[in-house]
Amino acid sequence: MRFDRRKDLLGLRDITREEIEVILGTAIPMKDIIRRDVKKVPALRGKGVITVFYENSTRTRTSFELAGKYLSADTSNLAVSTSSVQKGESLKDTIKTIEMMGPDVLVMRHSCSGAPHYVARNTTMRVINAGDGINEHPTQALLDMYSIRERKGTLEGLKVAIVGDILHSRVARSNIFGLSKFGCELRVIGPSTLIPPGIDKLGVKAYANLESGLKGVDVINVLRIQKERQHGALFPSIDEYRELYMIRPEHLALAADDAIVLHPGPMNRGIEISTELAESPRCIVNEQVSNGVAVRMAILYLMLGGGRDEIAG
Amino acid sequence: MKLLVKGGRVIDPGNNIDEICDVLIINSKIAAIGRDLPITGDEDVVDAGGKIVCPGFIDIHAHFRDPGYEYKEDIITGSKAAAVGGFTTVCCMPNTDPVIHNGPVASYVRRKGEEAGLVNVLPIGSITRNLEGEELSEMAELAEAGCIAFSDDGNPVMRSDVMRHALEYAGMLNLPIFSHCEDLNLSRDGQMHEGYYSTLYGLQGIPAEAEEIMTARDVELASLTGARLHVCHVSTRGALHIIEEAKSSGAHVTCEVTPHHLTLTDEAVGSYDTDTKVNPPLRSEDHVNALVKAVSSGLIDCIATDHAPHNVESKDCEYAKASFGISGIETAVPVIMDRLVHTGLLDIVEMVRLFTLGPSRVLGLCLGTLTPESKADITIIDPDAIGRVDPAAFHSKGKNTPFKGMELRGWPWMTISGGKIVAREGRLV
Amino acid sequence: MKFREKALIMDEAAIRRALTRIAHEINEANKGVEEVALVGIRRRGGPLAHQLASQIENIEGIKPPVGVLDITLYRDDLTTLGPAPIVHRTEVDFDVTGKIIVLVDDVIFTGRTARAALDALMDLGRPKRIQLAVLIDRGHRELPIKPDFVGKNVPTSREEIVSVCVEEIDGENKVIIEEVIE
Repeated sequence: MRFDRRKDLLGLRDITREEIEVILGTAIPMKDIIRRDVKKVPALRGKGVITVFYENSTRTRTSFELAGKYLSADTSNLAVSTSSVQKGESLKDTIKTIEMMGPDVLVMRHSCSGAPHYVARNTTMRVINAGDGINEHPTQALLDMYSIRERKGTLEGLKVAIVGDILHSRVARSNIFGLSKFGCELRVIGPSTLIPPGIDKLGVKAYANLESGLKGVDVINVLRIQKERQHGALFPSIDEYRELYMIRPEHLALAADDAIVLHPGPMNRGIEISTELAESPRCIVNEQVSNGVAVRMAILYLMLGGGRDEIAG
Repeated sequence: MKLLVKGGRVIDPGNNIDEICDVLIINSKIAAIGRDLPITGDEDVVDAGGKIVCPGFIDIHAHFRDPGYEYKEDIITGSKAAAVGGFTTVCCMPNTDPVIHNGPVASYVRRKGEEAGLVNVLPIGSITRNLEGEELSEMAELAEAGCIAFSDDGNPVMRSDVMRHALEYAGMLNLPIFSHCEDLNLSRDGQMHEGYYSTLYGLQGIPAEAEEIMTARDVELASLTGARLHVCHVSTRGALHIIEEAKSSGAHVTCEVTPHHLTLTDEAVGSYDTDTKVNPPLRSEDHVNALVKAVSSGLIDCIATDHAPHNVESKDCEYAKASFGISGIETAVPVIMDRLVHTGLLDIVEMVRLFTLGPSRVLGLCLGTLTPESKADITIIDPDAIGRVDPAAFHSKGKNTPFKGMELRGWPWMTISGGKIVAREGRLV
Repeated sequence: MKFREKALIMDEAAIRRALTRIAHEINEANKGVEEVALVGIRRRGGPLAHQLASQIENIEGIKPPVGVLDITLYRDDLTTLGPAPIVHRTEVDFDVTGKIIVLVDDVIFTGRTARAALDALMDLGRPKRIQLAVLIDRGHRELPIKPDFVGKNVPTSREEIVSVCVEEIDGENKVIIEEVIE
């Protein structure tokens, strides 16, 4: 297990199956801590975690902050939208400024793919990618994988369908990279305009038809339709999208008997997922939220829990 | 003033010369080429044994950023970089500020090039005013001021009617239109070539078709108007097919490729190094292979650098925010030598043609040969010199190169411009 | 690093006798075991706690509840170690508040593990009393901590390693002293 020797967590593309297993395994005792009365262990006492979100996401940020606090790290947030960006400061300078304040780990979200990779090259802080452009969202995929494994007992060989705007989805991409390391059969379902080119070369089968794509799957991961992406001519209307791709309870009959439904949140009820399904016990969106804190605790612990001199690169 | 270049392998495709011989220069002109030309004692002698002596290399596509963006490059530093890179003639694109869209701006570029006194600096005028793609520039005035072609490089002319009229009008002046072929509606927000790697790296793609559709349009308009069309930085297999057909049907179409499109693939973008960000983007391997094949088969008329220097701030940032472009004028020769000539993909004589006679014919100028009485512009290459690409040592202000750190074999050894030695082994003289 | 077995300190029978005695002592010290619960410290404290609970049951007819404590996240040497150590689950299924908790570990050395265990236990609730039972006390304490019940005192040098083997993990019950050979 070499996770602890990795300086940054930038994506699941370049991480090994063994590293993923260590993260998911460590998240199990972390989840126990969240359920206790005293939700605090001293493991990361004196460590600093800073979140910098160039795109707003209160829930992911809060999840990271609580994860840090439960481990006794000091967490804080730099509200970039109201500070440096408006003053025209470069990303590099902002990061250097933060680094000089002394935190050990930087959790960042950015609208540009590869921005965390760029930052990681330019700082001694450890960098955790909390979503970059349309590239990766590794902690979301890890919590999805944790949630699936918790329900299914294993990830090995599962049939997983991801439904929605695959082209612009960092969640989809990280899930594909992560799950493919566990021999999952991966499918993406969505309008042809939202399926990225060359997806088949990643070992993923693309379906335009919801019903045929869902046949026999164990897991359905429903993506949020980003209305703000609708500037182009990618699909005609939300109404037509709902007609063709909204997941309803009757779709579960097509899937495997004990199929589960995931959603990264926040849900657009009545657009990509029907309210009936969102509230059914087969939909584990709420568990995903708690698991998100546990998985992020595991990552913070594995990255900061050891001695600093062991960090390579 | 006499200069005798002795004992080099002289390659002059324009005169079908490829042999070990001497070149005598008297008063900035080629005086004689021949074996064992006598040393009379009143000349400077350059021992070119083991070297390759060629007509001065011509780069028909460079951005010297002057006027307006002198913090990225100016005509002085650009000229120095060109001289060190083995070029004696450089054509400067008009996307400056102000745009080269009238006589005074064009004259400024020419004059400043002459003041630099290192290489021939030839301005390219814009097709449209301010590169806006709407109204034609005053092309006759630009031609009068020394422009040798017209281009809206970087801002493709989207309106087909404007492009048609530009070709017609430039045709009247017998000057070529240099077209940057890109359908902006298709390439919008794209950061790299669209395909497997754009999906893998999570970057918005630019499909090959964005280039091919506009190449097809411009080729059709060239046929319609009978004018001269030069297709800039061809980077896709499909665009090559279109150009091949146009050429065989007799249209006045020429084209160039860049060293980076010939040698790098889209896989290189994986590190999100902004120095790999260029337009057209680095393409996938099948396109690169098609380009290499086209360059050795003679379909390609010339190699051009698309030298696009940038200041650090334009590149040291997020990938999507970085400017497109590669500072390429100081690495063009070694990249082609190392990756194409030494690997056997491109014959050395063919390479010299692509840097000399080829671009000269695109422009319709009497450059790029060692014909006696022509201006003594000479590039001498040391085919076995090995060096590492060190952007910090560039004479260009632009340090943005994806070739940084690479060890390459085959570098410019000496650049002679107008009979004067201007650069030698990477240094200005 | 490689180790060599230097001496056998306790065999299976010796361990059983020591645990029997400790079971009696726990019973006596607490005037019965109605309020007592055992919490083993991972890893080898866990099996020892279960063995001890069985011994108590043999004596008193009551088997005290047994839990297992993972103290990794409470260690005071986390950031001086190399890689972050693997974290396991803490499995204490009963409420510790109001109970007499006997922490069980294989060896007490510096006392730092016991300190971490005390903190970890406190975060689970408020026990009435906490006691400490160890199979081996090898000395060299660095904190003011003293076990309440000791199987055997073994004077050692700092360089030596005391290894307790338990059947559930190692396949046999024994205590040996090892030394580093390379």
